[in-house]
Amino acid sequence: MSAVLPIDESATTDEVARAAPPRPPASPRASWGDALFENLTRLFAVLVFGLLAAILISLVIGSQLTLNKYGPSFVWNAQWDPVQENFGALVPIYGTIVTSLIAMLIGVPVSFGIALFLTELSPAWLKRPLGTAIELLAAIPSIIYGMWGLFVFVPLFQSHLQPALIESLGSIPVLGRLFAGPPLGIGMLTAGLILSIMVIPFITAVMRDVFELVPPLLKESAYGLGATTWEVMWRVVLPYTKVGVVGGIMLGLGRALGETMAVTFVIGNAHQLSASLMAPGNSIASALANEFTEAVGDVYFSALIELGLLLFLITTIVLAFSKFLLMRLARHEGART
Amino acid sequence: MNPLYRARKRHNALLLFISCLALAFGLFWLVWIFGTLFYEGGSALLRAQLYYQMTPPPGDDGGLANAIAGSLVIVATATLLGTPVGILAGTYLAEYGKKSWLASATRFLNDVLLSAPSIVIGLFVYTVYVARAKHFSGWAGSIALALIVIPVVVRTTDDMLKLVPNSLREAAVALGCPTWKMIVLVTYRAARTGILTGILLAVARISGETAPLLFTALNNQFWSLDLNRPMSNLPTVIFQFAMSPYADWHRLAWGGAALITLAVLALNIMARVLFAKKD
Repeated sequence: MSAVLPIDESATTDEVARAAPPRPPASPRASWGDALFENLTRLFAVLVFGLLAAILISLVIGSQLTLNKYGPSFVWNAQWDPVQENFGALVPIYGTIVTSLIAMLIGVPVSFGIALFLTELSPAWLKRPLGTAIELLAAIPSIIYGMWGLFVFVPLFQSHLQPALIESLGSIPVLGRLFAGPPLGIGMLTAGLILSIMVIPFITAVMRDVFELVPPLLKESAYGLGATTWEVMWRVVLPYTKVGVVGGIMLGLGRALGETMAVTFVIGNAHQLSASLMAPGNSIASALANEFTEAVGDVYFSALIELGLLLFLITTIVLAFSKFLLMRLARHEGART
Repeated sequence: MNPLYRARKRHNALLLFISCLALAFGLFWLVWIFGTLFYEGGSALLRAQLYYQMTPPPGDDGGLANAIAGSLVIVATATLLGTPVGILAGTYLAEYGKKSWLASATRFLNDVLLSAPSIVIGLFVYTVYVARAKHFSGWAGSIALALIVIPVVVRTTDDMLKLVPNSLREAAVALGCPTWKMIVLVTYRAARTGILTGILLAVARISGETAPLLFTALNNQFWSLDLNRPMSNLPTVIFQFAMSPYADWHRLAWGGAALITLAVLALNIMARVLFAKKD
């Protein structure tokens, strides 16, 4: 291809330039400027590239003391005793996972329902305002969720919902253990509920985007065969987009695992392992937020930084997996069209 | 009508009704949270003291002037630090790197960073800066927030530059314009509103961030604009006041919460209006 011929729209400037006959050398000042600008931008790209690794390394160095002292047993030790300097991460890890699972159990079906409404049911003029309203849930700072949770939601939950839950579900064998105990208002269930509201906008946004990717032809064929709206969603749209949907759920999970302020307000900050969801607990992020500035002694600090390291590893793996799935879907799409 | 079809229709109607309920569930919390916020915070926002008096000791009357000023300084510094880095890195991705392995890997890591827990960012800045400098400071807080700005700006700059039609670039190069000049004078200008939207969204995101400031900027009960000292800021003051047992402090915390939410909402609306005008 020569540069004189009509230029292929999809060809990038670079490809065109490369294919063109050698240009007369530009003025030395211009090429100097080019090299400078390109390398400057590359420098900052490399900086962003190295940031995650830098975070990982700094956290590993910061937690050297406890990494050496406890080794892997840090992860399953349920003690957290600053006085005796005996630290283990089991309770915060358990709290982080339980609250995030509750958030997913509620958040995923609700997000699916909202995405279904927005893509299939909503009249066109309502799509934008309703979509924006759901997105606004993501704009509210997490400290606001925490404060609202503590002052408004917790008292109501404690006086109305929790006693009812304990009464009705608490007497069931086995399952009842999850709902045993006094209604304190705060606790892992409350934290999970508030987290579920916070992840809804993220999961909904991804689900909406991937549902829009389904070729109309496919949906119309199903409708043409007499399928109902729900059957089209469940049997055509969902199987077609499942990779993206799982990616969206993972993105929400990554958010829930690392959420700090909202959880800190309502989880109760108690280092105790309890089967009951009503009991106060602790998550990795809330333990950090509560104890870090008050920690005394190198071992305590190091234990807290190791908690941060664990949180970083867990969320990075979940988020990388989510990103990988969403990229696979995008590439799949690209290959198809 | 055949009974199987009737059953399917019933099933369909039921599930679509549940889908409407899901939407109502989402909107219900939104309305409830905003309602409480402005009911509780509204009266605090109207008192002029909020804007010129310092954060009080428990039991005294006061305002949030030092926290508001500190937040403004920290957010502005973070934006000034993070935006150029983000724009330049995003420029590399869209204009030079494209589909090279460095660009693809950076995009991937940047997207992970975009959702990384902000408390870990705070911890990172603590270990590399605060622990070395041996004191909490406004700078540390600004750096932590800048690290949250960067991935947002990288992502939007990359996306927006990719939307600029290649014919614009080709026209500039054909006129003999060196690549750097083409990027600065032509593509940046074409993608200006998009990039600005990204910056606004980044500012909105960091305005309410609390977790990374706890270990970096800390807090300061007094008026201080010195970035080398601990600096008061709205999110940590809200956290401290809301967790306290004092009713006066709670009222101030609600005022601060309403103020932050209004600011974040205003930034979001500005970004949306700007972006809508672009199309």
